[in-house]
Order: sequence, then structure tokens, then C-alpha cells
Amino acid sequence: MTDQITTDPTKPAQRMRAGSMTITIGPWIVAAIALMAMPYIFTSNSALTIMNQMWITVVFALAYNMLLGQGGMLSFGHAVYAGVGGFACMHIMNMSDLFAAMPLPVLPIFGGLFGMGLAMIVGAFSTRSAGTVFAMISLGVGELIAACSVIIVAFFGGEEGISGDRTYAMPFFGNEFLQQIDVYYLTSFWVLVSAVLMYLWSRTPVGRMANAVRDNPERAEFLGYSARWVRFYSFVASGFFAGVAGGLFAINYEILTEENLNTASSGVILLVTFLGGVGFFFGPIIGAIAFTLLQTVLSLQTELWAFYAGTLFVATVMFFPGGLAGLLMMHVPAFKLGKANLLVVPYIKTLIPAAIGVFGLCALVEMVFHFRHAATGDDEMTVFWMTFDSHTIMPWIIAVVVTAVGFGIMRMTAPAMKEAWNAANTAGGKS
Amino acid sequence: MKNITKIGAVSALSLVIGASAAFAENIKIAFIDPLSGPFASTGTNGLHQFEFSADYMVNQNGGVLDGQMFEVVGFDNKISPKESLIQLQVAIDQGIRFIAQGNSSGVANALTEAIDKHNKRNPDSRVLFLNYAAVDPALTNDKCNFWHFRFDANADIKMDALTDVMVQNEDMKKVYIIGQDYSFGKAVAAAAVANLTAKRPDVEIVGNELHPIGKVKDFTPYARKIVASGADAVITGNWGADMLGLGKSIIDNGFTGPIYTYYAAGSGITGAFGESGKGVIRLIGEGQVNPPPTPEAAAFYTAYKEKYPDGNVDQTRISNVIGMLAQAINTAGTADDVVAVANALENMEFDSMWGSKLFMRPQDHQLIQDMHIQAHTNEGVTFTFDNSDYGMVVESTVKMASMDSPTTCEMKRP
Amino acid sequence: MELILVNLIDGLVTGLLLFMLSAGLTLIFSMMGVLNFAHASFYMLGAYFAYQISIALGFWMGLLLAPLIVGVIGAGVERYGLRRVHQYGHVPELIFTFGLALLIEELVQFIWGKNQMPYSVPEVLDFTAFSIAGNSIPAFKIFMIFISIAIFIGLLFILTKTRVGMIIQAALSYPRTVEALGHNVPLIFMGVFGVGTALAGVAGVIAGPVLGTFPGMAFVLGSIVFVTIVIGGLGSLWGALVASLLIGWITTFAKSYNIAMSDILNGIGIATPENLGDSALRDLWTVTSPQIADILPYILMVLILIFRPAGLFGKRES
Repeated sequence: MTDQITTDPTKPAQRMRAGSMTITIGPWIVAAIALMAMPYIFTSNSALTIMNQMWITVVFALAYNMLLGQGGMLSFGHAVYAGVGGFACMHIMNMSDLFAAMPLPVLPIFGGLFGMGLAMIVGAFSTRSAGTVFAMISLGVGELIAACSVIIVAFFGGEEGISGDRTYAMPFFGNEFLQQIDVYYLTSFWVLVSAVLMYLWSRTPVGRMANAVRDNPERAEFLGYSARWVRFYSFVASGFFAGVAGGLFAINYEILTEENLNTASSGVILLVTFLGGVGFFFGPIIGAIAFTLLQTVLSLQTELWAFYAGTLFVATVMFFPGGLAGLLMMHVPAFKLGKANLLVVPYIKTLIPAAIGVFGLCALVEMVFHFRHAATGDDEMTVFWMTFDSHTIMPWIIAVVVTAVGFGIMRMTAPAMKEAWNAANTAGGKS
Repeated sequence: MKNITKIGAVSALSLVIGASAAFAENIKIAFIDPLSGPFASTGTNGLHQFEFSADYMVNQNGGVLDGQMFEVVGFDNKISPKESLIQLQVAIDQGIRFIAQGNSSGVANALTEAIDKHNKRNPDSRVLFLNYAAVDPALTNDKCNFWHFRFDANADIKMDALTDVMVQNEDMKKVYIIGQDYSFGKAVAAAAVANLTAKRPDVEIVGNELHPIGKVKDFTPYARKIVASGADAVITGNWGADMLGLGKSIIDNGFTGPIYTYYAAGSGITGAFGESGKGVIRLIGEGQVNPPPTPEAAAFYTAYKEKYPDGNVDQTRISNVIGMLAQAINTAGTADDVVAVANALENMEFDSMWGSKLFMRPQDHQLIQDMHIQAHTNEGVTFTFDNSDYGMVVESTVKMASMDSPTTCEMKRP
Repeated sequence: MELILVNLIDGLVTGLLLFMLSAGLTLIFSMMGVLNFAHASFYMLGAYFAYQISIALGFWMGLLLAPLIVGVIGAGVERYGLRRVHQYGHVPELIFTFGLALLIEELVQFIWGKNQMPYSVPEVLDFTAFSIAGNSIPAFKIFMIFISIAIFIGLLFILTKTRVGMIIQAALSYPRTVEALGHNVPLIFMGVFGVGTALAGVAGVIAGPVLGTFPGMAFVLGSIVFVTIVIGGLGSLWGALVASLLIGWITTFAKSYNIAMSDILNGIGIATPENLGDSALRDLWTVTSPQIADILPYILMVLILIFRPAGLFGKRES
């Protein structure tokens, strides 16, 4: 793979240019239609619940990327802004008089405002410098507020958190939001609105200056911009949208706990954003979807989900630092050159054996795990819809052979794929 | 591009969820507890005991009703309330009507509220909540609801029984109370103070403090304070690594009096205490393992150890959950109408093989049972824990503890 | 009064343990700019390896071998993982170590299971060294103190008196120049990373029996190591030592004495509100020092970053 197309995170200017999309309304309409159509494809309540979780993570990850991707600020405690926004919404839900006079879809705004308020307080001292100092202050503040959540019971409700009932809001055109599907549309609406707003923010002069400050704060200062205030504005805006995500969480789950504030949640959102790709606006969206699926769906299938997730993260960082979005956007030049079709056959030849090899490896891991940890007598296990006895030699041979053959073919066809890649990304030639 | 990804990803999702919804004959119980992460060992052991009990007590005896089998389905909630609610929804969609959970009162609290709301909003797919270990008293008091049944004794009942036994020791003059800083730890501390001052006004409570849950690296400073206070006994509700860390520090610091605990057995803790815990660690709990109360219990334990050589039956209440549920379904004549099953569970009297009579109190759905004070020792142990030489032996018993204790529960029945 | 002496010793043990972790980390950080989130995971690996070795060969072989294995693994991680990621910049490096921490925890659970390991103090050291007013000081703690101090002196000697140390110090500030002078800087990086992780391994070996050997032990230690090196000043060995001891003593004393917030507030002349139960600030009034002992280092760190971003002994910012 040549480097001419891959975006280079050490050169963020180039990264942003590659990521900039034309301000067309097209993708947004497609997204809106997709959001509306989704419940007709996946009708079950659990699919709706999982999608709600996905969209909330999308908003949160996009907000986080306003800092990390666009502003170059690494935060280890961003969950607190979403959490505090959510807790504030919960308290509003429990103020029965006020809440009864408020339609539910308005609630996330309050979450946003509280998240923004906290971001203003913390940002006042943390955005003075970027880099390690900012990261460490965010870590410290994150730990402090998370620790407060079990100490200040009046606001955070201690370990069991605080809960409310969304159906006590003023009916919104007769809708009381009793069912998951109602909540789904509310969440979808907010996802779309927040995403559009955050996208527009990145087009404003402040959003543009955030990029400049990220890349070269000194130069930005010479141009007459205060790097500190640019960072502050980004931070506050990010806090607002994180708070919106918290408000959506409150509506969805009707409970907020210490979990919404702790460093683990902050770490997860960093991983989500990075997995998706920080260089592109839509990167965190992909990351949020992929991670939610991993966490919620894969964990139904295997106890080892965290092991696979960890492997995936490490592999992503090592081989595709642009994240999943970077991986996708690598193909744009080939499409522009009209040569993407050259890649189809080599991809099939290489990636399918590779996938088979990976599945074989997963099967081996599962078998080792089963062999070591299963109960005596429970020799049967099911991997990939096949049930067999893990204490006989045959499945092991098969798994090893499948793995070896898969990776073997991949190694054989990889040079051809590389050639095809080079060809597809070279202008001119026969067309 | 992103929409294609979305559609692809979500279709994979529905495939996976749909794939497991095919079987309808079995009566399924969703086990929602941590199966990965720092509390995974407790969760996995619980799941094994559920699966084994369902198999051993129900399925091998021909199932319930006209031969329907129990099937326990594990859901990993990563001890997070949010994940628990997602998994609850997945379980309900799979047609599961019985939800079992126990680790963390915070999660139980989230689940009981979510189930209450769900049953109100979706009368067609109501579910029951079988709480087998979350002992925050609020769950059967202020926060009680018709769908929640608790099979463990709550923190107040345990403390009542524990102090009944403690106060018989005339030499005990000073008591130190320490616990984790959250609802359960506070409930234990409050109950300990209330019971001790009522039963033995002469006993001085020389310390009553909370430490951050799961965050303390080194318990030595707490241990120093406890020894310096001159306490004759320590009461703690700690569990998991916090229990082991605190206990070890206190013992290392030269404390020789009894440490009264709720959860200092199994999951590696008994093995790790070993010789040092002998004569010091006392535990209040239900379920007598040593000496085996009945031949059935001994057979159950032996069969379990054959299947899980590294496991312990450290939560005997799990087999009570399965036994009582099976009996309730048989009485109700249906497993689909959870209101009928709940009505059958209420007021139920059940003879546990662990040597206790069980009674499900109708006014708050709190199970009333015998409470045992057990000692960590290597003498007279038939069934040891953690494959060590040590186990828990019953020292004294309080029959049908807190049978008439008051409750603030105002049960709303459907 | 005796309790103060006991607490001083306890704080010293905690602080020195923290120092063994932060010493390696501060070298790694200042040299490569890597916030190694997996550092505590190497500490955990040290404890588990030592446990495994102690079953077969006894505690002392564990103390000798486990850090070596951890160091080799650490060097391997640097050589085949970090060096590759290094070209992408600092954030990917950090995410890499983050993912690695996750992965190591999962691997440990995969191999040793999820329960606590019965890794215990060797019998030779399993006695009470002396007692102060009824509080016994185990011999193992004294042993921990000696090991840590020996390591500190050794490190200081290597860094300031030997040729290798000089090169490392030079590479800390001017890696390019050192490379131009013909030294193999990537090798130095790998070596420092290996030694740093091996130090974390030693800490794991001697902390495992006291603080417990379980899959969450890395997470419990968590980010406190970063806090230490930030407070001490990045790249400063003395800073790491002072900050470690400071944190050790602060947390120990805060836990040992029940200082209530209401006492402090009353002391500075603010009266307790009459109806405390209804007040929104009631939780603030009832806070005691043991409750917040473990977050005191974070408060200290935030304050230091605001007022002296270079840390106590640091010479440069970030």
C-alpha cells in the first residue's frame, strides 16, 4: 500500500483537507431517510434499544472528536460532561411541576446547557495549554467528579444513581413516549440535529481556527488569534453536545449512575472515536456503531468479547491509524480515477481467505478457552454454529488447518492485491 | 458510504439476535450478571450454579408442567446498569419471562425500576425479577414492587441475626464498623449501629467509617486505626477484593478478635485467607454447607464438584430460586402468565435441601429463612472452598430470622 | 504519637512501591513522550509470573526471574509495537498502550482465570519485625523498603555515574544529536522501556503478596502513577521519588485520621447549618478525610498543573 493516499496523522492539515466534504445537503437527507427507515427493518425492541444506544454514542463520540480530531486536545475525562448533563436532565424529570409543562424532546437542550456550564468552569483553567497539561488536568478533574458522585449523594444519588420517569412529561402531540419506538425517533431527531450542528460548527471560522491551533498554535497566535480562547470555545461547544448525549441517555434509560461519569466511560469514548477515525467528521459515527455492536451483540455470543475488542483496537492502531474511516477514505482516489473495479477481484482473493483465517484463529482461541475453563463433562461446544467435542483431536486439526490455509492463501495473494492497489491509484494508463 | 455501513452492521445485529430466538419449548431464565471484567468470577460462578441447579433439580426429574425444561441463558451486564437494561430488553425480546440477577444493588435497583416500568407499559410481555443476592433493604421496602422477589436475606435481616449471636459474647466491649462507601455499605453500618445499641447498650462502637469502593490499594492505614481503637470485634459488609484486602490487612496487623462479614467465602477468598483467617473470619449467611444438613445437599454438592472441580457451591440460595420457581410454575399451571406464577410464589412455603424452611413473605416479597453464623476453619469441613483445606462451618443458627420484621413496602398488585 | 511513627512507615512503603512504578514510567515518558497506560499492566504481569514461578521454584527465584521476563516482554512491545506506532504520532501511541492494557488484562484472565491467586509472603519473611503500640510491622514491609531503596540507589548510580547513563540522559533531551554522534537511539529506547517495565515487574513481585494478585490489580493502581510523575515533574527521578513519598504519606495520614469537613469549616469560622438534613450541601459537610484520601493526589495534581505546570522538580512543560 502506498502512502500517497493514506492520510498522515502527523500532518493534520492534510488530514482535514482529505476529510472535508462539500457542503451538500445530499448525505444528510440520505442519513435522515436511513434513520427513519431503520425501525421498519429491525422491528424488535432490543434492536431499537441497541440502536438508541448507538445514536447516543454517536452524538457523544462526535462531540469528543470536536476536541480530539478538530482541536487536537486529548481528554481523559470527557464522560463527566455527558454525565453531568444527564444528571441535570434527571433532576428536571423529577421536578414534577416543571417537567409536566415541558415536552420531552426539549429536555436534551438542558442537558447540553449543563454540560456546557461545567465545560466553561473547567475550561477556564484547563484550556490554557494543550498537550499533556490539558490531558492530565482532564484526567484529574474527571477522577474528582467521578469520586464526588459517590460522596455527594444529594445530586448524584450515590452508587445506585438517580432515576425518573420520562412519561410524566407534557405529552408531545399526544405522544407520551411509552414505547421504545417513540424514544427511537426522538433520539434519531437529536442525532441528526446535533450532527448537522457539529458539522456546521467545523465550518465556522472558530471551527477552522481550532484546526489551525491544533496544527500550529504559535502561528495562529501570530495571525492574531488567541490559541487559548479558540481552545476554550471548542471545549465549551464539545461540552454542550456531550451534555446533549447525556440528556438522551437520561431519556432512554431513565436512570443515571456513577458509571456515566467514571474514567472507564471516558476511556471508552476515546477508543470509540479513535476506532472510527479522528481525521474525518464521520469517523466517530462508524466507531460508535462498530463498538456498540461489539459490546452489546458480541458479548451475547462469547465471554471473550473484551479480548477480541482489545485485539481489534491494538490492530487498528498498529496498521490503520486513520481508523475505520481512514480505511474507507483510502479508496476515494481509486473511485475518482474510475479504477475501483480493478480492486474487486484482488480484494475477494485476499480478504476472504484472510477472514477465514481470522475465524479459524478465533475458533482456536475459543477452543483453548473452553478446554481450560469448561466444566468437567461439558465437552461439547459450539463455535460458528457448529457443535463438536472440544476434547477430541479432530476439531483442533480442522481449526488449525483452516487457519493455516486461510492465512496461507492470503499471503500468496497479498502481492497481487498490492499491485492492483498501486494500479488503481495511479492516474493514466489504460482505461 | 456510512449508511451502507450502518445497514450492514445492523443487519448483522438482527441476524445474531434472531438466531437465538428459535427455540420455544424451554422455560428460559435470563441470568444478567457480570461475565467479563473485574467481577466476572462471582458472576460466572453464579451462572454455573444456576445452570447446574436447573439441570440437576428440574430437568433430570422430568422438568415442570408437562415436561418443559429449564434453560438458563447468561447475559453479560459488565456490572453496568446501562448494559443491564440493554440486556434486559434483549432477554425480553427472546421471549424470556424470568430475570435473575444478584451482583450489585445498584444494578438490581436499575433493573427493578426498569421491569416495573416495562410491565406497566407492556402488559403483553411482563417479566418477573428473581433477585438472588442484591441485599439493599430498600428493594423490599421503599422501592418494592410486585415483580421483584428476593431470595437472599436483606442486609437488615442478616445484621439482626448476626447481632443476636454477637451480643451473647459478654467479653465483647468495643466494636468497629467499616464498609464500602455506597448504599449497601451504609445500610450495613446503620443496621449494625441500630441493633447493637438496642441489644447491648454497654457495647461501645469505637469506629464507624466508609472507604471508597473498589479504589483502595492498601488497607493498612484502616487496619492500624482498627487495632489502635482497641476493638474486640469488626463488622464489615465488604465483598470481593475489598473484603480480602481489608481482612488480610487487619489480620496482618495483629488483630485476633472476630471479623464478622457478609461475603468472605468462595471466589478465591477462602483460599487466599487460608490459615491466617482461621478463628478470625466469621460469616453471616443462609445455607448450611458444613456439616451437610441433608443427604440431598451432600449429593448435590458432590455432583456439582464433579462437574466443576474448581467451583464452590457458595450461593445455596440459587438452588432455592430454581426449586421455588419450579414449584410456583407447577402450582400456577403455566409459565407464560407471570402474574399467576408471582401469585404462586407469594406465601409459598418450601423445604430447602440446605436444611431450612423457606417462606416468601407476601407483603414485601422477602424470603424468610434460617440464618447461620459460619466460621472459616479447616476442622470438620466436609466441603472445602477454592480447593483449599478451608471451608465454612456453621457455628450457630437463627431460625426463620426476622419473620415479623416491619416493612415500609406498599405493594401495588396488578 | 506512636501511631504517627507507624503511619510514617506505612506511607513510606506505599510511596516506595509507587516510586518503583513511576521511576520507569517517568524515564519512558520523558524519553519517548509516551504516556504508557499499560505500565500498571506490567506490574500485574510481574505479580502473576512471580506467583507461577514461586509455585515451582520458590519466592526468591520469582523475584529474580519474573522482572526479567517482564522486561523482555516490555522490550518486545517497544520493538514490535510502539516503534511501529511511533511514526503516527503521540495519540496513536497512547491508544496503543491503552489497548495493550485491556489486552493484558484479558490475557491474564484467559490464562489464570478470574479469581484471586493465593500468592503469599515467603515463610522466611512471614513474621512480625517489631511492634509499635500494638501495631505490628511485618518483616516483609521492611524487606520492601530495602528493595526499593536499593533500586533507587542503583538507578541513580547508573544514570549519573556510568557511560550508559550519560547517553540516556543525553538522549532524553537531544535524541537527534545523540543519534548523529553514532549511538543507537532506538536501541536505547528499547532498553529503557525494557528496564522501566522490569522495574514495574519488581514492584508487582513484591506487592502481589501484600496487595493481592488478581486481574483488577492493574486497574486499581490505575492512573495514580501518571499523577505521581506529573506532580514530580516529567523526567525527573528525584521528582518521582519525592512525589511518590508525598502521595504515600498524604493518603496514609488522610486514611488514618478521621478529619471531618465540618470540623475544618467550623475551625475557620463557618458554622454548621441548623437543618443539615435538608441542605443541598449536606454531603459536603459530612465528608471525612478517609472518604477522599484516594482522590487527594488528583486534587494536588490539578493544582500543580494550574500553578506550576512543570511539576515540582520538572524543568520543562509537557
